[in-house]
Amino acid sequence: MSLSMTAAPSAAMNNSQESENRFGSATLTVENMACGACMNSIENCLNSLSGVNSARANLSVKRVFVSYDPHSVSIKDLLEILGTQGYRAAEYFEDGLTEQKDPNRDLLKRVGVAGFAAANIMLLSVSVWAGAGSDMSSSTQTLFHWLSALIALPAIAYAGQPFFASAFEVLKAGRLTMDVPISLAIILATGMSLYQTVLGTTQVYFDAGVTLLFFLLSGRYLDQMMRRKAHNAAQNLLSLQSMWATVINEDGTAEQKSARDIEIGEHVLVTKGQQIPVDGRLLSGTSLIDENLITGETLPRSAKPQDFLYAGTINLSDTIQIEAKAVNDSTLHAEIGRLMTLAEQARGKYVRIADRAARIYAPTVHLLGALAFLLWILYGAGWEYALTIAISVLIITCPCALALAVPAVQVVAASRLFRSGMILKSSDGLERLADIDTVVFDKTGTLTTGIPELINVAQIPAEILQQAARLSVSSQHPYAQAIVHIARSIGLIIRPASSTVEVAGSGIKSEYGGQECRLGNWAWVHADLDFQSSPPNDGEATLYYRSGQGKITPFVFQDRLRSDATFVIDILKKSGLQLMILSGDRISAVRETARRLSIANWYGQQKPDEKFARLEALRSDGAKILMIGDGLNDAPSLAAGHASLSPSSAARICQTSADVIYQGEKLNPIIEVLAIAKMTRKLSLQNFAIAAGYNAVCIPLAVAGLVTPLVAAIAMSASSMVVTLNALRLSSSKLELIK
Amino acid sequence: MTALVWLIPIALFLGGLGLAAFLWALKTGQFDDLEGAAWRILEDDPREKSDHS
Repeated sequence: MSLSMTAAPSAAMNNSQESENRFGSATLTVENMACGACMNSIENCLNSLSGVNSARANLSVKRVFVSYDPHSVSIKDLLEILGTQGYRAAEYFEDGLTEQKDPNRDLLKRVGVAGFAAANIMLLSVSVWAGAGSDMSSSTQTLFHWLSALIALPAIAYAGQPFFASAFEVLKAGRLTMDVPISLAIILATGMSLYQTVLGTTQVYFDAGVTLLFFLLSGRYLDQMMRRKAHNAAQNLLSLQSMWATVINEDGTAEQKSARDIEIGEHVLVTKGQQIPVDGRLLSGTSLIDENLITGETLPRSAKPQDFLYAGTINLSDTIQIEAKAVNDSTLHAEIGRLMTLAEQARGKYVRIADRAARIYAPTVHLLGALAFLLWILYGAGWEYALTIAISVLIITCPCALALAVPAVQVVAASRLFRSGMILKSSDGLERLADIDTVVFDKTGTLTTGIPELINVAQIPAEILQQAARLSVSSQHPYAQAIVHIARSIGLIIRPASSTVEVAGSGIKSEYGGQECRLGNWAWVHADLDFQSSPPNDGEATLYYRSGQGKITPFVFQDRLRSDATFVIDILKKSGLQLMILSGDRISAVRETARRLSIANWYGQQKPDEKFARLEALRSDGAKILMIGDGLNDAPSLAAGHASLSPSSAARICQTSADVIYQGEKLNPIIEVLAIAKMTRKLSLQNFAIAAGYNAVCIPLAVAGLVTPLVAAIAMSASSMVVTLNALRLSSSKLELIK
Repeated sequence: MTALVWLIPIALFLGGLGLAAFLWALKTGQFDDLEGAAWRILEDDPREKSDHS
């Protein structure tokens, strides 16, 4: 198996050297590549395309690497053929924020080296321990120690670099993190062992130093692998959001381009139902624009030439042309960017639990070491012996258990979140999530699906509904689609009306049985009547239908709540959290949602800076806020909250600033992530208690000079094991948010 | 005692061989797709195009 696996990349390498000019390569992300069979059929389907040199799928990251001839096949062809097979694919690209090239592989190399060294030194150490009671001569012992040194020194010098470098950086900045005591312990253990080896005594700790390094590196690798996995998933989601746009060149020809290749000043054609790919100014045409993702407003806005349109909004009614503008030109983006920087500065001040522990732990331990040294000098021991004692204090208190306490739990928590479809993005996100006491929701797209539903269907005669649906079928307006949806769901057959006329912002009309039918707002259905009366209610969430001189039928709409919203809100309330809705939508709509979920605290028609100001006010009152939102208008608030969540359908900028991204159509992940965060903190604190207890027992022994290498090895590995096992409890324990 | 003189170098050499194999496997990308590799052993139809790719 390994042969066939390696043959592929090496052969590809040789090929690419000679055919670099002929072949292009691309990475595609495929959303629904779920198993080996998918992988196989994706590869086969791409390979069957002429012009494709090779395609190799990677199931772990859900991507395909394709080498192809750009003259005979384009990326768009590749995506299309995958589309015909039912695979949702997009060209993969990395964000500017992406970390350097695969740090994982480098770390894994160090893990391998440390593991090799640890195993071999342990072999030698065990022989020495076993031989101590029998016939091993001291010269053999010294030989074994020298051999250990020979393996340990280069291994530590190479594998320990991540810790040493980080400790050095932190010390230079005048701070303390866990890496400082770790580096100090490893360097001291090695240095002293070398000294003792030269002297030919028994106080040799190479095994302890290297094993510690191996454990810590493994922990760090697992942690980074989870982060990498989350990062990959997030990148795939973002890549899938990228799209193709039709650009009109100066000579009038149309060209298909990837949205991120569009340059400022280019003219982009956006047809009905398409997402607007760039920020820009409307040049020609009028249309309805769904700005849900930007403002949280559920009703579309009608746009006329010279209006500014934002990327991510959806063009609902007519084909329009826009002129692409730089992101910086747009005041909304600039404003949101400014607010986000402001908000992130505040969050940057958060100090992780482990580092808080290090701040107390490192000075205490170093002080104890110095104290032990002084005491033994005063007691009359030689300086060499006193130094040996001091160093053994530092080694025995070596932060093995302490350094594993949080990362071990974090790794288990992140993998549990990942299994439930949640992507943990920030390394300290879970710690902050455990602190929160207030949850602030955006409405549209978060509490609700953002899709309206017809609520008075029981009062509408089926015949009228059918006629309205005939008109609605041709429209992209969310209300029209809601009518079609409900008409289909109760089994009505819809024949599209012929020659419909849709006027953006007003309504639709058509002929039916010799009579004019109109569906739209109050003014629209009265447009050809002599009399005008005021609408029966505020009319915002209502459409009216009239056929000929017949009766006017109202269609009342409501934003649909997520299926488990009531349940989730109930649980959150019972667990003692304060709840609030902050929405950019109309006040009446927000009031209705708040009433249905019985949330007393709500604010509607909030602009991004108003949302931000409200959160700031709450925060200055001491509230720890969890912000949950999906729109561009929520981005500053997401960054301002103590912690933040976003659904995977959220705007790109939200996914960047959220701590956790959850997938799916439900709100249930909120409960789960909070429960996991609480459990994570509980286990982390337990682990600290275990580590502290261990130190309380071992430090007096070390100060008294009673610690032999064997005692040290047993005590240190036992404490690490207990801490790791305790962390593993999180992977299967039952979660409960309410006590 | 004299056995150690050649046993220890052999042990270290074998260990080193394992390490070298691991580093080689890492370098050739065999750890890049652990999930996919598990499925690939089940593929039995030799596909003409990807055999040499």
